[in-house]
Amino acid sequence: MSKIRVLVGTRKGAFILSSDGKREKWDVSGPHFAGWEIYHMKGSPVDPNRIYVSQTSGWFGQLIQRSDDGGKTWHQPGTPAGESTKTPDGMPKSESNKFAYDTTPATGKPLTTHQFYDGTQRPWEFKRVWHLEPSLTDPETVYAGVEDAAIFRSTDGARNWQELTGLRGHGTGPQWQPGAGGMCLHTIIQDPGNPLRMYIAISAAGAFRTDDSGETWKPINRGLHSQYIPDPNAEVGHCVHHIAMHPSQPDVLFMQKHWDVMRSDNAGDSWTEVSGNLPTDFGFVIDVHANEPDTIYVVPIKSDSEHFVPDGKLRVYRSRTGGNEWEALSKGLPQSNCYVNVLRDAMAVDQLDKCGIYFGTSGGQVYVSPDAGDSWNAIVHNLPAVLSVEVQTLP
Amino acid sequence: MIRLIIPQHLRILAHVGSEVSLDIGAPVTTCAILDALEEQYPMLRGTIRDQVTHARRPFLRFFACEVDLSHESPDAPLPESVAIGKEPFLIIAAIAGG
Repeated sequence: MSKIRVLVGTRKGAFILSSDGKREKWDVSGPHFAGWEIYHMKGSPVDPNRIYVSQTSGWFGQLIQRSDDGGKTWHQPGTPAGESTKTPDGMPKSESNKFAYDTTPATGKPLTTHQFYDGTQRPWEFKRVWHLEPSLTDPETVYAGVEDAAIFRSTDGARNWQELTGLRGHGTGPQWQPGAGGMCLHTIIQDPGNPLRMYIAISAAGAFRTDDSGETWKPINRGLHSQYIPDPNAEVGHCVHHIAMHPSQPDVLFMQKHWDVMRSDNAGDSWTEVSGNLPTDFGFVIDVHANEPDTIYVVPIKSDSEHFVPDGKLRVYRSRTGGNEWEALSKGLPQSNCYVNVLRDAMAVDQLDKCGIYFGTSGGQVYVSPDAGDSWNAIVHNLPAVLSVEVQTLP
Repeated sequence: MIRLIIPQHLRILAHVGSEVSLDIGAPVTTCAILDALEEQYPMLRGTIRDQVTHARRPFLRFFACEVDLSHESPDAPLPESVAIGKEPFLIIAAIAGG
């Protein structure tokens, strides 16, 4: 029988929740990295025992942790203790937590500026890693989406990172601005059928696509409409919260924007709104059923000034039509006095025949639905606020 | 030997106890202490000072001999009692909640 491993990042550490394919009884491991913010942890699709973790702190900055045994043990990739941190010619070695924007004339871009909250220009300044996306084909290759928004790649198991400079430097950067959580690159999606193609999303800049393995990027925001920027239909500046794709339909993308749920059928070249009958189309998460490419899930949040679910009721909404027609899923979820939020990376699905849906809340609950959303159970009730949820389906 | 006290989270990362001993030649400065610490415990690189600029992380402070040395030049000689190991050099996490 298959096993399920749920990787949960929280404000105060990481937790690993394990179960068999029935998804009824769970073992809880953690907190790992107690006291640190774990923005994201994700396993390699090629080697599920290889797990990458973004560990961050307002005091001590950014670290990257790695496990090669499914989360039993961890280490920081990079120079081992006792080995010189300088090369024989005296140059400092790169380290796993060194995310230096590439400003070299040969390969990089000048340290460009972006908008601050007040509209003034500020230079890029690294703050933290929001999202780690392991390669679909190589366990040593992993991408990092960081704040201030940029994408980095490691090809040596997270020991060293290099910026893919074509994104930050492609020209629209001065129009990007931070969302409430910072100017973060939070979504990285690889096209399983086209190794040259990748999508990313930034709050608040929008969605971008590369068709040449990250050398060059272009904004893909046509059809988005955002009232909080001077030109609501601008090429960039949109606060995209999350994007999801089903691997069998890599040209079909689903987006939860700040407000509006959107769909693209042409790899992001244009978008149409599919909010339909949702009670509110503000939210953070969006995900796709593992076996039904047009079945999608969102968790509507009341508004951008009240970051909790409407009416004190925690409800996931499911569309079996790829948007527009939505049904509320509430069986097993609190339906009174509930005022939690579900953040952008805090929903995931497993790959079992009867697809499981998982999400974590700002109140520290992690829920599972072993029947594609029809009913829900809390795996844990009282973790620290959940930042991210990823699921591994193991043989 | 220089005596160094680091915050709990960094002790866990470096797998050390409450006090770290470092062998540093003269002149003993904040920069020399951090260079030696990072050389011996590379997992701490970037946690006390920025990887690129070497600026002290804003929520960390450097104390010794009941004096706040956070804003002194990192290349300034430290007090003699630190240099001879009589007093520890303290890296303190600012009390900022959380």
